[in-house]
Amino acid sequence: MIGEVDPTIINLTVFVLAVFVGYHVVWNVTPALHTPLMSVTNAISGIILVGAMLAAGPLESDWGVWLGAVAVTLASINVFGGFLVTQRMLEMFRKKDKKGSA
Amino acid sequence: MSANLVAFAYLVASVFFILALKGLSSPLTSRRGNLFGMVGMTIAVITTLTVTKNWALILGCIAVGGGIGAVVARRVEMTAMPELVAFMHSLVGLAAVFIAIAAVNNPVSFGLPAILPMGSKLELFLGTFIGAMTWSGSVIAFLKLSGRMSGAPITFSGQHTVNLILALIMFGCGLWFFFSEATNWTAFASMAVIAFVLGFLIIIPIGGADMPVVISMLNSYSGWAAAGIGFSLGNPMLIIAGSLVGSSGAILSYIMCKAMNRPFLSVILGGFGSEGGTAAADDGIQRTYRSGSADDAAFLLGNADSVIIVPGYGLAVARAQHSVKELAEKLHAKGVNVRFAIHPVAGRMPGHMNVLLAEAEIPYEQVLEMDEINSDFSNTDVVLVLGANDVVNPAANVPGSPIYGMPILDAYKARTVMVVKRSMAAGYAGLDNDLFYMDKTMMVFGDAKKVIEGMVKAL
Repeated sequence: MIGEVDPTIINLTVFVLAVFVGYHVVWNVTPALHTPLMSVTNAISGIILVGAMLAAGPLESDWGVWLGAVAVTLASINVFGGFLVTQRMLEMFRKKDKKGSA
Repeated sequence: MSANLVAFAYLVASVFFILALKGLSSPLTSRRGNLFGMVGMTIAVITTLTVTKNWALILGCIAVGGGIGAVVARRVEMTAMPELVAFMHSLVGLAAVFIAIAAVNNPVSFGLPAILPMGSKLELFLGTFIGAMTWSGSVIAFLKLSGRMSGAPITFSGQHTVNLILALIMFGCGLWFFFSEATNWTAFASMAVIAFVLGFLIIIPIGGADMPVVISMLNSYSGWAAAGIGFSLGNPMLIIAGSLVGSSGAILSYIMCKAMNRPFLSVILGGFGSEGGTAAADDGIQRTYRSGSADDAAFLLGNADSVIIVPGYGLAVARAQHSVKELAEKLHAKGVNVRFAIHPVAGRMPGHMNVLLAEAEIPYEQVLEMDEINSDFSNTDVVLVLGANDVVNPAANVPGSPIYGMPILDAYKARTVMVVKRSMAAGYAGLDNDLFYMDKTMMVFGDAKKVIEGMVKAL
């Protein structure tokens, strides 16, 4: 029976469950880390890179491939920039721990 | 790789993304969380590479984009984080639009049927319009935050009607695209262009100090755009990652609105307050206030037992975080108990002040949230307000005031209040602040950084 279900419904199931997970996980984030939360979610939304790679994937040259290539570049800025700037910020919060415990 | 293996790897990556957000529940686990995020992304990219062919092009583009991202991440100043975040939201939006166009052009490369089914058309429509609005909205937010465009709201009469009509036309084009047999580029392109214009029109009427809400909302949009593309491509990982980001941004918007006691819709419809404001409310009476020099302020601070510092956007503008740290250390050395009180909407993005104070290496045990510290103001000797205004305005307790009901830091309860400010200009809400005229208040005029350096010297 499940084989007859439209893939969109399955996607919708995943979507609804993921929103619930996101809701509960994010409420537990400490307010002091809200800026790193924004930058890391920025990096995670760079997951769109996967779609961009598929667009740039075919070997035959067609303008869609070039559009995909631009999208890959844009999404990579997000992924690398997002994770690295988050790391830089979180390092700053660490320096403080050391001082606090010293 | 077989399709099942790919799907499984995507599931693993999704779990890592959830763990990444979970890590942020405490500063101690946060770095591990970020690492989980990177691992998840690496798994996702490598897995996707196995199902694509054009490796040279793809890896080349990742190297270029990654290089730019790495340089930006290293160079950006912490005071400029809100702009950076807005800039990055715009990239996700634009990438989503490009991917959707590529998918309409060549569905087969995404594993979709050559003639797009109705469901895919609907999903591509959603991905495109959310992406396009995210892009243009974020560009405006970026321009406003970086000061390249005035933060003042831009309003014109009939604004909301125009937006509504445009939105209806956009949905009309979406339906036209949806019901066309072949690929209807005219409908698709018109819909995308209108969505770009709408994103622009929706953000221009929103003023500078409402930016924490806007930036969280765009954060949310960028997530929904990724989820929308995930629906079009039937990729659960994109849906999961996008939904996490989408709900995160939505929760942050909610927290910010609550901290301003304004309904989300009113913030989004814009037109509230004006940057810089007008001079103190002109009710015909010249109100008197006391002002003092940095030396006077330093004398009072040095003789206090307990001090609470309330930082605001003015601190970020003056880049005074390092001077503040010096001040706090000097006072500590004199045996003064120094703490920091952070209002949720202080600054231009959620958590902005915490990051600036962290950058200056101020121990986070000294940095407290509003709820943790509010009851302590009444037995504090000196409160030092640095470039904050509305968040310490006691008018919030007066029924009938435009900001009535907004939770504030109870700075007015302290024995002595010192306010460092450029001038007597009103805050974002355009309201006069009674705190400045109290007998126990001393105003210290000037640039936050210079004033604090003056205090440090005098101590």
